[in-house]
Amino acid sequence: MSELKLPSLDYAALAPILILLGAALVGVLVEAFVPRRLRNGVQLALALLAVLSALTMVILNADDRLLTAGQAIAVDGPALFLQGAILILATMALLLIGERSVERGGAFVAHAAVTAESPDDRRQAEGAGGTTEVYPLATFAIGGMLIFVAANDLLTMFIALEVFSLPLYLLCALARRRRLLSQEAAMKYFLLGAYSSAFFLFGVALIYGFTSGIPGRTAGVDFATIHAAVADSPASRTLLFAGMALLAIGLLFKAAAAPFHVWTPDVYQGAPTPVTGFMAACTKVAAFGALLRVFHVAFSGASWDFTPVLGAVAVLTMLVGAVLAVTQTDIKRLLAYSSIANAGYLLVGVLAPSKDGLSGTMFYLVAYGFSVIAAFAVVTLVRDADGEATHLSRWAGLGRRSPFFAAIFTFILLAFAGIPLTSGFTSKFAIFAPALDANQAWLVIAGVLTSMVLAFPYLRVVVMMWLSEPGDATPTVTVPGALTSAALVIGVLATLVLGVAPAPLLDLANGAAEFVR
Amino acid sequence: MEETVHFATANGMLGSVWLLVAIPLVSAAILLLLGRRADRWGHWLGVAAIGAAFVLGLTYFFQLRGLENKQVQLSLWQFITAGDLKVDFGLLFDPLAAVFVLLITGVGFLIHLYAVEYMAHDEGRRRFFGYFNLFVAAMLLLVLGNNYVMLYFGWEGVGLASYLLISFWYGRPSAATAGKKAFLMNRVGDAGLAIGIFVLFAQLGSTQYEDVFNGVGALSQTTVLVLGLLLLLGATGKSGQFPLQAWLPDAMEGPTPVSALIHAATMVTAGVYLIARSNPIFSANSTLQLVVVSVGAITLLMGCLIGAAKDDIKRVLAWSTVSQIGYMFLGVGLGGAAYALAIVHLLAHGFFKANMFLGAGSVMHGMNDQVDIRRFGNLSKYMKVTWLTFMMGWLAIIGMFPFSGFFSKEPIIVAAFEREGWTAWLFGMAALLGAGLTAFYMTRLFVLTFHGPKRWTEDIEHPHESPKLMTVPLVLLAIGSVVAGFLLATSVPDWLTATAGLGGEHAEHEPVLAHWLLTTLSLLVTVLGAGLAWFLFRNGTATEPQPAGVLVTAARRNLYTDAFNEAVFEKPGIFLTRALVFLDNRGVDGLVNGLAAAVGGGSGRLRRLQTGFVRSYATSILTGALLVVAAFLAVQAGWLA
Repeated sequence: MSELKLPSLDYAALAPILILLGAALVGVLVEAFVPRRLRNGVQLALALLAVLSALTMVILNADDRLLTAGQAIAVDGPALFLQGAILILATMALLLIGERSVERGGAFVAHAAVTAESPDDRRQAEGAGGTTEVYPLATFAIGGMLIFVAANDLLTMFIALEVFSLPLYLLCALARRRRLLSQEAAMKYFLLGAYSSAFFLFGVALIYGFTSGIPGRTAGVDFATIHAAVADSPASRTLLFAGMALLAIGLLFKAAAAPFHVWTPDVYQGAPTPVTGFMAACTKVAAFGALLRVFHVAFSGASWDFTPVLGAVAVLTMLVGAVLAVTQTDIKRLLAYSSIANAGYLLVGVLAPSKDGLSGTMFYLVAYGFSVIAAFAVVTLVRDADGEATHLSRWAGLGRRSPFFAAIFTFILLAFAGIPLTSGFTSKFAIFAPALDANQAWLVIAGVLTSMVLAFPYLRVVVMMWLSEPGDATPTVTVPGALTSAALVIGVLATLVLGVAPAPLLDLANGAAEFVR
Repeated sequence: MEETVHFATANGMLGSVWLLVAIPLVSAAILLLLGRRADRWGHWLGVAAIGAAFVLGLTYFFQLRGLENKQVQLSLWQFITAGDLKVDFGLLFDPLAAVFVLLITGVGFLIHLYAVEYMAHDEGRRRFFGYFNLFVAAMLLLVLGNNYVMLYFGWEGVGLASYLLISFWYGRPSAATAGKKAFLMNRVGDAGLAIGIFVLFAQLGSTQYEDVFNGVGALSQTTVLVLGLLLLLGATGKSGQFPLQAWLPDAMEGPTPVSALIHAATMVTAGVYLIARSNPIFSANSTLQLVVVSVGAITLLMGCLIGAAKDDIKRVLAWSTVSQIGYMFLGVGLGGAAYALAIVHLLAHGFFKANMFLGAGSVMHGMNDQVDIRRFGNLSKYMKVTWLTFMMGWLAIIGMFPFSGFFSKEPIIVAAFEREGWTAWLFGMAALLGAGLTAFYMTRLFVLTFHGPKRWTEDIEHPHESPKLMTVPLVLLAIGSVVAGFLLATSVPDWLTATAGLGGEHAEHEPVLAHWLLTTLSLLVTVLGAGLAWFLFRNGTATEPQPAGVLVTAARRNLYTDAFNEAVFEKPGIFLTRALVFLDNRGVDGLVNGLAAAVGGGSGRLRRLQTGFVRSYATSILTGALLVVAAFLAVQAGWLA
């Protein structure tokens, strides 16, 4: 039995992760010691400070290309790019989470478990401040995502998966309005999430088995070992392929790809809207970041034999997302199906095994994240006395009542539909072009056709907003507070700028598009 | 083998030549964007912008005179980059461009000045000046571009401005229709030009003048012919030449200053500019030149014939424009030294035709906006300035010595007689006949308007002379009508030799008739035509339409060209449209609606799978997982390879 050796840690490279996890722990202490009155402000400031200082560290580390913590964490181009993306999008999401002027007390319930009609319930109906635990929870989740996209072995990846998933389950349950729907969504998300984690873990076990017996190496689930094993393991390749399949299922679940998407509409609808925006943007970045790393680093030796299978998943995902979006009547569910279809497009990018494919996918993640958070920001603003008015029929004639916000939402929908001069067009182009170069024309054709189908539900909303007469039931748009305004402005501007002048970000993504092994 | 074309780089003062386009453009933007806020002073901004452009143009002109290589270009930025296609936003300032700049801004300034008063009582005066400045900007871009794409950019820009200004009084159905007609017919020509540019790019890989002119020698004769015909189609569309002439007379529905500037002096000469600019292409194929000459000859006679049968003062002038541009086409088609003659005629025509249009506007101003010359007469007593200035224009256009038209038109007639063989007789006689006819119908117009007994409608008692702001430009243009021809004819051909391809020697052929004889002949037919018209119309004319012979009836109906267009293009076009609409409704829409219904139905059915129960979700995930694992294993086993 050899002596236990502690791995060396490159603290500077790990700083973004450490800052967030540390801030989350401090946040828990704030809950215990800071008076209730001050908590919201302190927590929001703490979370934003943590995210922004982590972002600063990511920028300072921009040239790092190294493995640290005993090869468990890779700090390389894609990791840093995606961490930066997660942090920027998380900033916007935190702004939405922290908004308290759109609805008195914020979007979150005052106490996690309030019995209906109890005095606590009445107090919260009168606008008592929402629970402030959401900030440490969100910070934990962000920290987990940062590890997830940098994880260089499957166990670290699994732990990161759980670190960011568990707070998300809780966050989903904390909606101030429609609490039963929210709690049901959280429960479903938790059960199915646990279920898919099991698939992931089983896959890890099979891969571990596959790596045993390579001459000169011990078995392990770090990517270097897996890569070596793919090249010359004596073990049965059935283990490898079954393991890859199960791993992929675990990741595709988080990415909301069909047929593992089933939780998405219910959870997106039930969760508090700021959290939905957070999930739609940041979880997507994290899940696809991990998918990219697993397939580009660990299994690249398997020569992409599995491309047709994942391609079929991509096509199915696009189809399900696009076709089901057509008949949705709830704006949040509509955006959920749009998010599913976008997972399909992103898979097309993942399956283009080239530098352009990698950078295109990363660009898409950022562009989509900005637009989707802006979209959910608008959703938080369209409300009546009962909270958000998410049924589409309620949006009829919104263009007459609130032309400014209707115009912003129209612009975002056009971006989702991929109209030129929006980031939706440039990002789709960035993904489809490498796919064509990789001879994946069938995926591009499916992508374009489903985009056409998907344009229908988007444009239907546009038509409803502008061409229908406003009825008595048409809600007005609440004038947003400073925080929501900031998030909205960032999202819309980014959507426009990335559509008109995508080159700087594309260059950045291109420069970052190389993994370390 | 001609020498290679090389453009120097613009530097120093000439580096700012882009201001010529930018100043009118910014002024147009201000006028159109500020809206009513600019109503009080907007017209003066419009005038000032053109005035500034004229002063700048003059400065650049003198700069250019001092240069060794009189062709300077300026690349501002890369306009289009797509694959191999690279187009600069580049400008070329050379002698040809310089004379156009001076014409556009100089005559344009006078017409702008005139329009301030002419449009004074119109609510849309600011909008008018906005469009007018937009036109000037686009026209300057057209003549200043250093590649065909820039030219096309300006070409479409002037087309847009022309459309907006023809339908300026869009409340009138006739104006709206005329705008549409101009737009549609120009589409035909513009499509030709666009395809021509595509051919250039496909064959030569560039649309820069420099590359095109140097590369055209390497092209096959067929390619040059096709290319030239496409460019010619564009030119006939914009310049109202046969077979696309029908829109120009209808374009007179616009305000008179528009007719003067756009549809007489500048825009309609863009076709001549295109051919003169592309002279290395047109000179490279003799069939092509024959086609251009034929178009010119046909059009000039057609314009004369129809012009002689019209009673609307502006339409007569419009048909005379068509006819005079026919002379210019004849000139550029003859090639060699005749290019310069055509440009001289173009410039001289710009002065005297603008003069006459503004004069016509002045007449209309005093006569309650009436246009029927049968209802004028004896106006020389009431509108002295208009009468005298119009007389200068009239003497100029019929080519009377020593007025402007004599020095510009007569050399073209002589040049036509310099062609080889029977074509010299054919085109020479056509040009000579045209000169006689022009004298006839322009004299008819002049006499019926200003002399003879008055035949006014009852509502007019005292026609009045127009205000100073209108008569001053008239006087200046009239001076131009008198002296411009001589000045231009003695200086411009020399000046133009520095333009790419225009340095041609004088034709080596002698005319088939002696030069002095031709000059005498052309003066003779002019005097004959004018004298005949004076004799016939000195006592006025009937105020009602008179029964007429075959030729006059045909001419009144535009030689049946409108009827031809209607029968051959419009009717089958409408039928085709209806057939396509039917096909679209039943076939395409059926397919699309069917697909949409299928998607919607599928969506509705699939939606039911989303039950909301975790158990069924888990089943779905499990099924999917089994399938994915099975597929991966199948891949591993090689079944899906």
